[in-house]
Amino acid sequence: MDAAYQVDGKTIAHDEEGYLTDIGQWNEAVAGIIAEAEGLPMTAERWEVVNFLREYYQEYQIAPAVRVLTKAIGKKLGPEKASNKYLYELFPYGPAKQACKIAGLPKPTGCV
Amino acid sequence: MNEQDTDGTVTKRFMVVNRKAPHGTVYALEVLEMVLISAMFDQDVHVAFLDDGVWQLRRGQMPGVLEMKDFSKTYRALEGYGVEKIYVEGESLAERGLSEQDLVIPVEVIARADMARLMDGMDVVLTA
Amino acid sequence: MLHTVNKSPFERNTLEACLKRAVPGAAILLIEDAVYAALAGTTLADAMTSAAQRFEVSVLGPDLAARGLENTALVKGVTVIDYGGFVDLAVEKGPVQAWL
Repeated sequence: MDAAYQVDGKTIAHDEEGYLTDIGQWNEAVAGIIAEAEGLPMTAERWEVVNFLREYYQEYQIAPAVRVLTKAIGKKLGPEKASNKYLYELFPYGPAKQACKIAGLPKPTGCV
Repeated sequence: MNEQDTDGTVTKRFMVVNRKAPHGTVYALEVLEMVLISAMFDQDVHVAFLDDGVWQLRRGQMPGVLEMKDFSKTYRALEGYGVEKIYVEGESLAERGLSEQDLVIPVEVIARADMARLMDGMDVVLTA
Repeated sequence: MLHTVNKSPFERNTLEACLKRAVPGAAILLIEDAVYAALAGTTLADAMTSAAQRFEVSVLGPDLAARGLENTALVKGVTVIDYGGFVDLAVEKGPVQAWL
């Protein structure tokens, strides 16, 4: 398996599941390439969640568990988005898992 | 001491006791991750800080200068995880010249004797 | 509550930390290198004699024997127990808080 993404001629390493090895190497172009690998085109709604996750990580230094993510998104982006259904429609293999990967974050703690 | 919920599930009174300073060993970070995970299982989680464990909550930590993760910010996420029973022993703060204002999160500061009683009333205590 | 301590009190402060937070009548079991705390004639013996009046202090016999201390005098009020006694104590006084 390829252990790196190729972005604009640069090599960006990832682990065996596709998570970036160094969060500092993330940029929007990398996000687009990870999303493509996941089969998810980046829409405005997906960017909203990805950007939210990056802000959460910046503030707390962890990727949130799904339940915590759902609650926090409801507070920030409106109650209609605070559902598993909404988030799973955007990220079918799990919002924390796929959205975190696209956001360049490590796999969430307590991903259960 | 178990609380029986209406649906019949038993909630245990569970406490983790932090006694170690944050960056010299991996204990503090490991315990914090364990607390975040245990919060997902709807247990009655209590977190206590005593002895050198109170240094974990010291404001203004910059472990980045040692290329280490600043997990002092992560304590602020506990509230969102539903972990709100956080106790710090007053004597341990005072011995180290610290006060409540020096800490990264709001906590309940309690006296050593009350900490002893609180621990004694738990179903499970993990000390690290 | 049964408190267990496993580090030498001459190197680490876990025994002291435990003694400060155990409630009166709690059980304290000294195991591994903490068994040195049970010996008579050390600089800690007075503190341990007083602790044995407030708490049920015991020490694990096999850990004494392993260190050549089986026939060494212990602090007054400290009981020697074997593994079976450890189990009984955990059942009777549990939950267990291990001071590491």
